[in-house]
Amino acid sequence: MNQRKINVFVWAIAVMLVIAPIIGTSSAMAASAYKIGGIFDSTGPASFLGDPEKKTMEMMVEQINASGGIDGQKVEAIIYDSEGDPAKAVSAVNKLLHKDNVLAIIGPSTTPTTLAIVNFVEKAKVPLISCAAGIEITSPVKPWVFKTAQSDLLAVAAIYKTMQARNIKKIGIITVANAFGESGKKQLVGQAKDFGITVVQQESFGPNDTDTTAQLTKIKSASPDAIVCWGTNPGPAVVAKNIKQLKINIPLYQSHGVASPKFIELAGEAAEGITLPTGKILVTKLLDASDAQKKILEKYEADYKAKFNANVSGFGGYSYDAMVMLANAIKGSGGDKEKIRAALESTKKYMGITGEFNFSATDHNGLTPDAFVMVEIKGGTWKLLDK
Amino acid sequence: MQEIIQYLFSGITTGSIYAVIAVGLSMLYSSTELINFSHGEFVMLGAMGIVTIWVHLALPLPLAFALTVAAVAFMGMLFERLAIRTAKKHQPITLVIITVGASILLRGVAMIIWGKDPFSVPQFSSHESIEIAGAALVPQSLFIVIAAFILAGTIHLFFKQTLTGKAMVACAVNKKAAWLSGIPSETMGVLAFIISTGTGAAAGIFIAPITMSSYDMGTILGLKGFCAAMIGGLGSLWGAFAGGILLGVLESLGAGLISSGLKDAIAFILLLLILYICPGGLFSAKVAKRF
Repeated sequence: MNQRKINVFVWAIAVMLVIAPIIGTSSAMAASAYKIGGIFDSTGPASFLGDPEKKTMEMMVEQINASGGIDGQKVEAIIYDSEGDPAKAVSAVNKLLHKDNVLAIIGPSTTPTTLAIVNFVEKAKVPLISCAAGIEITSPVKPWVFKTAQSDLLAVAAIYKTMQARNIKKIGIITVANAFGESGKKQLVGQAKDFGITVVQQESFGPNDTDTTAQLTKIKSASPDAIVCWGTNPGPAVVAKNIKQLKINIPLYQSHGVASPKFIELAGEAAEGITLPTGKILVTKLLDASDAQKKILEKYEADYKAKFNANVSGFGGYSYDAMVMLANAIKGSGGDKEKIRAALESTKKYMGITGEFNFSATDHNGLTPDAFVMVEIKGGTWKLLDK
Repeated sequence: MQEIIQYLFSGITTGSIYAVIAVGLSMLYSSTELINFSHGEFVMLGAMGIVTIWVHLALPLPLAFALTVAAVAFMGMLFERLAIRTAKKHQPITLVIITVGASILLRGVAMIIWGKDPFSVPQFSSHESIEIAGAALVPQSLFIVIAAFILAGTIHLFFKQTLTGKAMVACAVNKKAAWLSGIPSETMGVLAFIISTGTGAAAGIFIAPITMSSYDMGTILGLKGFCAAMIGGLGSLWGAFAGGILLGVLESLGAGLISSGLKDAIAFILLLLILYICPGGLFSAKVAKRF
């Protein structure tokens, strides 16, 4: 009898131990209904993208919750760091899909990390809004995958338009040897014909190269009208410096990958006269008061500065737009993923940080070349070029 | 022709940097039989040090130079004391893995201290680039080449002319015999680390103005330096130096004449070829002879 009593007691404790965490989590789940996943390269080589994206997402979730959440439900962000590594992005997406059971995912920050997880979200039928630039992400269109960053396609179109106006016919290109540079090269070569431009010399440089004079000498000998450099810091600053050192008097164009004050700081005097496309956030102050985007840009800038005491970059804007559009899509969906996806796809005329988004069943990026403005670096700052 | 000269200029500049890094690696190998895979990180510390001390604190350049080299050499000493000596009885492979671990640690610490953004350092002199036969020569390149020769020359004289230097050579040739004749071999080991990391820091300082300094710049520089040292023959001072210059010139010519996409590949293909054809390196004697 006594033995039996003890047995019951032990079993009771065991059952409680097993059940307690389940009850605990289910009550916790009721308290925080909408879980949204985030995967950003907040450390590692692409941290200049991932870090502001992560911070912006955290800030936005805080703002949404402060104003009462979505349909009265609080939002909870679960963010993982993919460190620029596709393998880490895959393990993060598996955690988000199967352990955290999120409604939707924002990120990752780069094209390789995004492409690595696309199949997983497609299979699990969870909406993904990537913050990466690569055109392959949304072309061909995948039902559950969206992106907010401008494609290289649009950046190249913006550069070539300016070149056409300046009567530039022959260009030499120098691209960084990674996914960003390769994608840029593909677009530069592919679109050249449409604008009556010939690429006379193609060169590349390593992301951590200390010297690019050999490549530039080769480009110089092909005597192009302009040089286009495609990369992210610090490489393009080395290219700009080398061009000045070699006394090559050919105008230099850079990609939106260096559109940050950091580039001017790195390249110093060598940055003078460089033309590049950028999202509007870099030149908020220079925009006309009539510009429809000016207000939202100013608000984001002020909020970000107040919270993190750091300057905004266009990259954080990608997760800003993703978060706002996602929040709008979740509204009224009751947490149904198919409804969220459909609402995202029918997003029209959302004026965001990056540009005006018009998603459709055939376009999951939703931007036009107007998302870029062309700027020139003059006197250590940006000068807006007339369209 | 004009292009070839330009390729040579940039090749010799980059090559001199590889040479200084290779000399540091090779010297350490001679004295301790250890390949320090965190050597590139000490180069990075040198570059970051000059950013902080010269650019941010605005101290005069010679003082900033001395302070940076001293600070990095001190780090090298700590590294030897704390990580290498405590594991001394282990196999060489253990020590090599410790240095790989140290490189990851140093990179992480640098990322926390200096952040993830790269930094720019102004040139040491504000002279315009000089034009020679239509090719432009940057004054900083001259600084680098001259500094590389001075550094290697000083190390050479140190080993040939001073008692301490000779004692280090003795330790390298036969540690036990050196110890029996009263040479404190442990002190010599520390000294080797101090000199090696100090030259690494100097390389970092000289390279900073022509490139951008960031926490992750050291890895590839360290590998290239290792390549150069292997090409020249590990353990041979001038062999490592020549290997560095050769590597830089070949890289630059390869990038210019063949394809810039192959720039890094050239270094490593060269390394494989040399290890296959003459494993001792190009300039080392048949019997492994040091110094």
